[in-house]
Amino acid sequence: MINRRDFLQVSMATSALVGASGFGNWSRLAAQQLLTQDQLLDFDTFGNVSLIHVTDIHGQLKPIHFREPEINIGVGGNKGQVPHVTGADFRKLYGIEDGSPSHYALTYDDFAALGQAYGKVGGLDRVSTVINSIRAARPDALLLDGGDTWHGSYTCHHTQGQDMVNVMNALKPDAMTFHWEFTLGSDRVREIVQDLPFAALGANIFDAEWDEPAEDFAPYKFFERGGVKIAVIGQAFPYMPIANPGWMFPEYSFGIRTERMQEVVDEVRGQGAELVVLLSHNGFDVDKKMASLVTGIDVILSGHTHDALPEPVLVGETIIVASGSNGKFVSRVDLDVRDGRMMGFRHKLIPIFADVIEPDKAVTAVIDAERAPYETEMSEVIGETDGVLYRRGNFNGTWDDLICDALLSEREADIAMSPGVRWGPSLMPGDQITREDIFNATSMSYPNAYRTEMTGEYIKTIMEDVADNIFNPDPYYQQGGDMVRLGGLGYRIDVTKPQGSRISEITMLKTGEALDPAKSYVVAGWASVNEGTEGPEIWNVVEDHIRKIGTVRPTENTSVKVAGA
Amino acid sequence: MNLTRRDALALGLGATAASLLPLRAVAAADDAIAVFTGGAKVGTGGITLTAPEIAENGNTVPVAVDAPGATSIMVLATGNPTPGVATFNFGPLAGSQSASTRMRLAGTQDVVAIAKLADGSFVKASSLVKVTIGGCGG
Repeated sequence: MINRRDFLQVSMATSALVGASGFGNWSRLAAQQLLTQDQLLDFDTFGNVSLIHVTDIHGQLKPIHFREPEINIGVGGNKGQVPHVTGADFRKLYGIEDGSPSHYALTYDDFAALGQAYGKVGGLDRVSTVINSIRAARPDALLLDGGDTWHGSYTCHHTQGQDMVNVMNALKPDAMTFHWEFTLGSDRVREIVQDLPFAALGANIFDAEWDEPAEDFAPYKFFERGGVKIAVIGQAFPYMPIANPGWMFPEYSFGIRTERMQEVVDEVRGQGAELVVLLSHNGFDVDKKMASLVTGIDVILSGHTHDALPEPVLVGETIIVASGSNGKFVSRVDLDVRDGRMMGFRHKLIPIFADVIEPDKAVTAVIDAERAPYETEMSEVIGETDGVLYRRGNFNGTWDDLICDALLSEREADIAMSPGVRWGPSLMPGDQITREDIFNATSMSYPNAYRTEMTGEYIKTIMEDVADNIFNPDPYYQQGGDMVRLGGLGYRIDVTKPQGSRISEITMLKTGEALDPAKSYVVAGWASVNEGTEGPEIWNVVEDHIRKIGTVRPTENTSVKVAGA
Repeated sequence: MNLTRRDALALGLGATAASLLPLRAVAAADDAIAVFTGGAKVGTGGITLTAPEIAENGNTVPVAVDAPGATSIMVLATGNPTPGVATFNFGPLAGSQSASTRMRLAGTQDVVAIAKLADGSFVKASSLVKVTIGGCGG
């Protein structure tokens, strides 16, 4: 008799084989210009249930470039574990050939060169084609959106998320959970959710006053698919009022709430759920810990930390699937559920190569209609770049270097601070920079670029505080972003130290002097979570700066020395 | 920008104050525990303390305790200048020995709950609650 764990391990091997065949062949096929949609979508339908996962689209309706991180450090028990493996190590781990499409899709190096061969990724009309193909094989497949959907672009900002709502509705999701959506303000979120033709889930969305589950969001929804009773539980981003402005949604409280999750899992199991799926915006390491503490979850569809993994990670009897960001990937998970248990799975992370996958014309039309009223303003060329502009990475990226330079020069500051968010597509060498591109890297509902004075001591306090949100060895104390980007300052960080002693050697780059704890410095930054923040919108600051310099010339940033990685 | 220089300095001072506090505060918490337990040995298990990992608002942090069979449960914020938060006493007719309230936390610290059980023994649970500046989540 094979127990369930054995089954999972056997199917894990099967899954690896599926992944390997898909990935391994592409390089040769691509070299022969034979990479086709059929190969990307090739999947031997398995079991009786299919899940389709998209997450962290961040308003990206059209194909984009997106460079994966070079530096993504894991700490504590997650040191050296996926998703904290990058570049050549990542390719070795998954058997990905150098120069292959998977190299380009999943790792950072040779990004500009490979981008010329393989082109843009994403585009919700291509995503739609993939979804349609999966539904052709399994008509009742569940489409689940992990959130961070109604945020992140020029049109999304100007329509208060309506563009994304309209396009996603055309894709017909079955359920969704949330993060940046709440920065539209709770009134707007409720207005959209009231008319949403699918389930808006969040077992951890609570009424802040009474500390009880909020009535506006259901904790879970049941689906009957392939003869299987499936419970999909939602988990919104736990640290919404801390990482984002809580004053924009004061009625709600969030949190990880492990005990609550166990109660909800027990409740749905008690109601006969044969398959329990957690649609999560926890972030990958938080999901791993939650899977180790909560029993009874079969599949976690993981979002927030923007990781793309070619194979699920197994924790106990739970598989965790990570599906990337910005519309770059779609995950398909086929499951064999019998006798009330998950007996096996087959999985594929499908990269959306925009030049290979045929757009779904009906969805292209919806996207174009949403963009048309704004096309003139957002397509205006502000400047160009002669190097890659990217954001992802624990400490800095060329997009944030540019934003910090803009803050230093336009706001006449000594020091600039840019938030360590993980969204925002990349631009390639030679690309024009349009107003839309600037919005893709800066769009938000609290964009004011403040200018204030802070003491050296307070600046260090902020740096230590943010560093602990990333490098606390317990994932439950991590918020899932990257380090605050600093313009005008260099520093050393030892990620293994406790809060208060990670950061040292803070240096003013212009003079080479050490930051004086007692001295006041003029600091310019954006994305403050404080209500009433004043200053010009960050996209205007960046636009003014780019207009002045004309061509952006990104250089290597060596201002952060990292120890203990 | 809401964070005026005065606020920033105040926050900075708050952080300094918090970092100076623990020695005195922890001693005060130990004293409070000694008074509550009469110096008896404190075990673990049989008590559940529920508090957020990171406080959404350090001025009002929800906390819940549950210790079946307890006659009394004391909650302490070990890093506060005055660590005592609440002591809940349960009579013989109490339907359950659980309670919840909100507390103000001066900074990142351990929150501790100690229950006195019907047989006179004591059990303890502890939870680290982080109070953070926040603002940079992805």
